[in-house]
Amino acid sequence: MLEVEDVHTRYGHIEALKGVSLEVRRGEIVTIIGANGAGKSTLLMTICGNPRASAGRILFEGEDITELPTYEIVRRGISQAPEGRRIFPRMTVLENLQMGAVPNGGRYFEEDVEQVFELFPRLRERQHQRGGTLSGGEQQMLCIGRALMARPKLLLLDEPSLGLAPMLVRQIFHSIVEINRTRGLTILLVEQNAYQALRIAHRGYVLATGQIVMEGTSAQLLADPEVRAAYLEGGH
Amino acid sequence: MSLTPATPRSAAGPLDLPARLRDAGLAAFVAFMLFLPLVGFRLEGAEGRLGLAWRPDWVVIGTAAVFLGHLALSIVRSLRPRAVRPAGAGPFGRFVSRHALWLGGAGVAFALALPFLPFSSRYVIDVATTLLIYVMLGWGLNIVVGLAGLLDLGYVAFYAVGAYSFALGYHWFGLGFWEALPLSGALAALFGILLGFPVLRLRGDYLAIVTLGFGEIIRIVLLNWVQVTRGPNGISGIPRPTFFGIEFTRQPAEGELAFHQLFGIDYSPDHRVIFLYYLILALALLTNVFVLRLRRLPIGRAWEALREDEIACKALGINPTNTKLTAFALGAMFGGFAGTFFATRQGFISPESFTFIESATILAIVVLGGMGSQLGVVLAAAVIVLLPEFGREFEQFRMLLFGAAMVGIMVWRPRGLLAHREPTVRLHVRGAHEERPR
Repeated sequence: MLEVEDVHTRYGHIEALKGVSLEVRRGEIVTIIGANGAGKSTLLMTICGNPRASAGRILFEGEDITELPTYEIVRRGISQAPEGRRIFPRMTVLENLQMGAVPNGGRYFEEDVEQVFELFPRLRERQHQRGGTLSGGEQQMLCIGRALMARPKLLLLDEPSLGLAPMLVRQIFHSIVEINRTRGLTILLVEQNAYQALRIAHRGYVLATGQIVMEGTSAQLLADPEVRAAYLEGGH
Repeated sequence: MSLTPATPRSAAGPLDLPARLRDAGLAAFVAFMLFLPLVGFRLEGAEGRLGLAWRPDWVVIGTAAVFLGHLALSIVRSLRPRAVRPAGAGPFGRFVSRHALWLGGAGVAFALALPFLPFSSRYVIDVATTLLIYVMLGWGLNIVVGLAGLLDLGYVAFYAVGAYSFALGYHWFGLGFWEALPLSGALAALFGILLGFPVLRLRGDYLAIVTLGFGEIIRIVLLNWVQVTRGPNGISGIPRPTFFGIEFTRQPAEGELAFHQLFGIDYSPDHRVIFLYYLILALALLTNVFVLRLRRLPIGRAWEALREDEIACKALGINPTNTKLTAFALGAMFGGFAGTFFATRQGFISPESFTFIESATILAIVVLGGMGSQLGVVLAAAVIVLLPEFGREFEQFRMLLFGAAMVGIMVWRPRGLLAHREPTVRLHVRGAHEERPR
């Protein structure tokens, strides 16, 4: 479904991605784990065309989307729940969700809002509250819900566990699995919380200093001594 | 939405008098340095030649007033617990926005009845007309600044484009007011897009500087392109608006009907003034309805989202280029309409009417009103236009009072007079008990 082929991305003189290749197949949860500054968020942003890849190709359902403007990429069916949530603080929960429905012109708004509320009942209670007054966990739910409103084929999640208490992290990850199982939605998940991410993903890639250093099924990665040493031991 | 309790006061006790005295002293010192040349000396003509009059008493009075005022203000503020306000900004704002429909309706009814009220006079109508021009400009700029969050310091450029479109359209092609109106709106919108393109990637201070420059460019072109615009001499003899083709004259041309003949009433020069008033009222209301509708459409919501977070907007598939350009274009269009009206009302325009101070005034109306609030714009325009009018009795202290009022608003309502934002979407699916949308 998504193929990233030898993608390079630079910020000025600094090369953040040095030839990354990966593949996401329909119906999968794929995770990219790695330390701070490894290039995980840059990779997600590059898939969305902001910043643009300086070399390499990105294919979505066979179509080359490397040079498309971001809003066209989103319209093709790739939704992103960006790092740091980036919800609209002065707009209500409902308005935030409505903004997510822009790519399909809000045609399925009421139906889709109902689905988001079923997934995250907390949002229903808070529907008229301003985004900025929600707790961190609720904001993350809103961020994912907003991305779902576009009816994506591929959902990109950037560090959904960021700054959340362990219990909330488990809750959010549970919801991610539910989205994947019940709707068959393909998910590419970027995480520092490697253990939690690998537990729910089918496959994973390990990114370090802008390159893929390891790939495999989640079970393989979880069992790998190097991965354990670098990303799993200590903490969790 | 709970109010957080008062923050702990400074360690030196609730009043901390020495620090406050120091603060007030500093303010008084700055004021003294300013007053010394500005107030202390006065040019006076005596016996046919100019002389400088030295007025130390004024400097002392002014400095003392600043010292005491500063001290009083800081003490009052320390006595009142400072609460962190939620985004809604206070019960006043919430009351007004809850009853916006009712208050707005009352306002419109009052505006409609104004020419027939007992205290009404030509002066009242004139001031009200000026007020409505600023309300309309404020509503237009509100699209750009309040909704889309793009700080525009050159809005007067579009006002000028509108005014000159009509003036030049009449001068060179003989266009009448009603033909020129849509044309100047379109031209101003075009200029809005022209300004929009180079500033797409800019934000905040940088955007403000470029828009400021744009406003000046337009004014300077108008000033120097003498062959076309007649430069600093301006354009006079701009035709008065007609009542849809029927003129407001005592003696109409042969074979034509004048307004007073059509309605079988006595001729009065006030008819035209009242007609102008209703015209700007209609234009302003049109602007308001348009903006209120836009806010509920996807494009209006996209403006607000863009103001909040541009990166998130991109990630949601919003095209920021189109969104910003439509904001600039639509905001400019209403500026253009207002400009056309200004030209026909004055009958004479020159670049002097379109200086930066106009941009600043309109921006002040939007900011004082509480960014994005429609009723707030009306309130702020009333303050800014009417205050100097009421202040006429105070003669040279007029602008001083005006300045004091501005400072007062910023001290007591830093988010603007009405900063409460009403949500634009509610669900009806399962909400029979919910309040209906405004």
